[in-house]
Amino acid sequence: MSSSEHTPHPVSLTMGRSLLALLALALWFAVYRQLEPFSRLLSYDLLGLSPESRGGAALQFFLYDTPKVLMLLALIVYGVGIIRSFFTPEKTRAILAGKSEAVGNVLAALLGIVTPFCSCSAVPLFIGFVTAGVPLGVTFSFLISAPMVNEIALVLLYGLLGWKVAALYLGTGLMVAIVAGWVIGRLGMEQHIESWVMEIRTSAEETGPEQLIPWEERFRAGREAVVEIVGKVWIYVIAGIAVGAGIHGYVPEGALAAIMGKGAWWSVPVAVLIGVPMYSNAAGIVPVVHALLEKGAALGTVLAFMMSVIALSLPEMVILRKVLRPTLIAVFVGVVASGIILVGYLFNFII
Amino acid sequence: MDIKVLGPGCAKCSEAEKIMVAAVKEAGIAANIEKISDFQQIAKLGVFSTPAVVIDGQIKCVGKVPSKVEALIWLKG
Repeated sequence: MSSSEHTPHPVSLTMGRSLLALLALALWFAVYRQLEPFSRLLSYDLLGLSPESRGGAALQFFLYDTPKVLMLLALIVYGVGIIRSFFTPEKTRAILAGKSEAVGNVLAALLGIVTPFCSCSAVPLFIGFVTAGVPLGVTFSFLISAPMVNEIALVLLYGLLGWKVAALYLGTGLMVAIVAGWVIGRLGMEQHIESWVMEIRTSAEETGPEQLIPWEERFRAGREAVVEIVGKVWIYVIAGIAVGAGIHGYVPEGALAAIMGKGAWWSVPVAVLIGVPMYSNAAGIVPVVHALLEKGAALGTVLAFMMSVIALSLPEMVILRKVLRPTLIAVFVGVVASGIILVGYLFNFII
Repeated sequence: MDIKVLGPGCAKCSEAEKIMVAAVKEAGIAANIEKISDFQQIAKLGVFSTPAVVIDGQIKCVGKVPSKVEALIWLKG
């Protein structure tokens, strides 16, 4: 990056910036903590709705959750945007190229979280990894983890359901990516990659010298991520919360226990079957998940549904078909879906 | 000058193309801008994160939309 417009800043200016950042963070917390009382004030005192009424409860839920989720989202996307400026697909490839399978699967799943990756470059990335000597199973660990362990889903689960659920999602999402990638590697499916892919030879060392990115640039990456991602998903967040608020206010407590509760053993595979072809943004699905849980759906079932919606999608399969033969796509979907179903049962069993 | 914008056709890729077109116009140089969306060709150029810009066979940027300032520097340099 040629950044001739950036001159090194004197220390005092850097200090000033840090101070400003801290102040902004403090302000963020102050506002965040007032959201709940404010939503109550607005719906119960100013609008005169009763907390016991359905409409009142639904409105207060909506007025509280919307700003809360959007604020959490902006903060985390900013942070992740800065973290991602330290990683590039080229660097990730260089790290993974020399690794043995088991270690490679773990690393690939972890790097899948922090490497900037847009689903439309799944195919070039696949080619770049496989042709540079990253094992097929390790490549899959990356491709599974990148969409599945999603920072938006993580922050929403934390905001709406608490850190335990968020941690469970993070841990099991990584597990599925690691194990599914490892299994695919064990199956020796290399001949199911389209033959033209293997004719391309690339090496992991081809990338140019590492450039030093100034902090300025990293902060800018964070800001850009917020504008881009929050600008894109806010509408889904609001729609999701509105649906959630409707369920919160109008669906009776425990109504879903019979069909989505722990007792219904078949609900986990059914949830995954419904979720696989669906594609929704994590931002839209979590508020619905939150509401379903409140009404008696089992955590494992709901998490399995969410994971299958964000990790596997029809458009992605269509795009991957360009480099993978149908058998390998079927194996990929089958292995990941099985992993998600196991996670669903595990949660329902433990909790 | 031969400019290639590489990308399968997502929003970011067409934005990268737009910026290159605008930069060429501003620099006032004769250049041929080509959009490549075929994965096979992209891979052969040695690029695996898109959007990417290749000028006269040299990879200028990968995995991000360039800014117009950057683009102008490549064109003049």
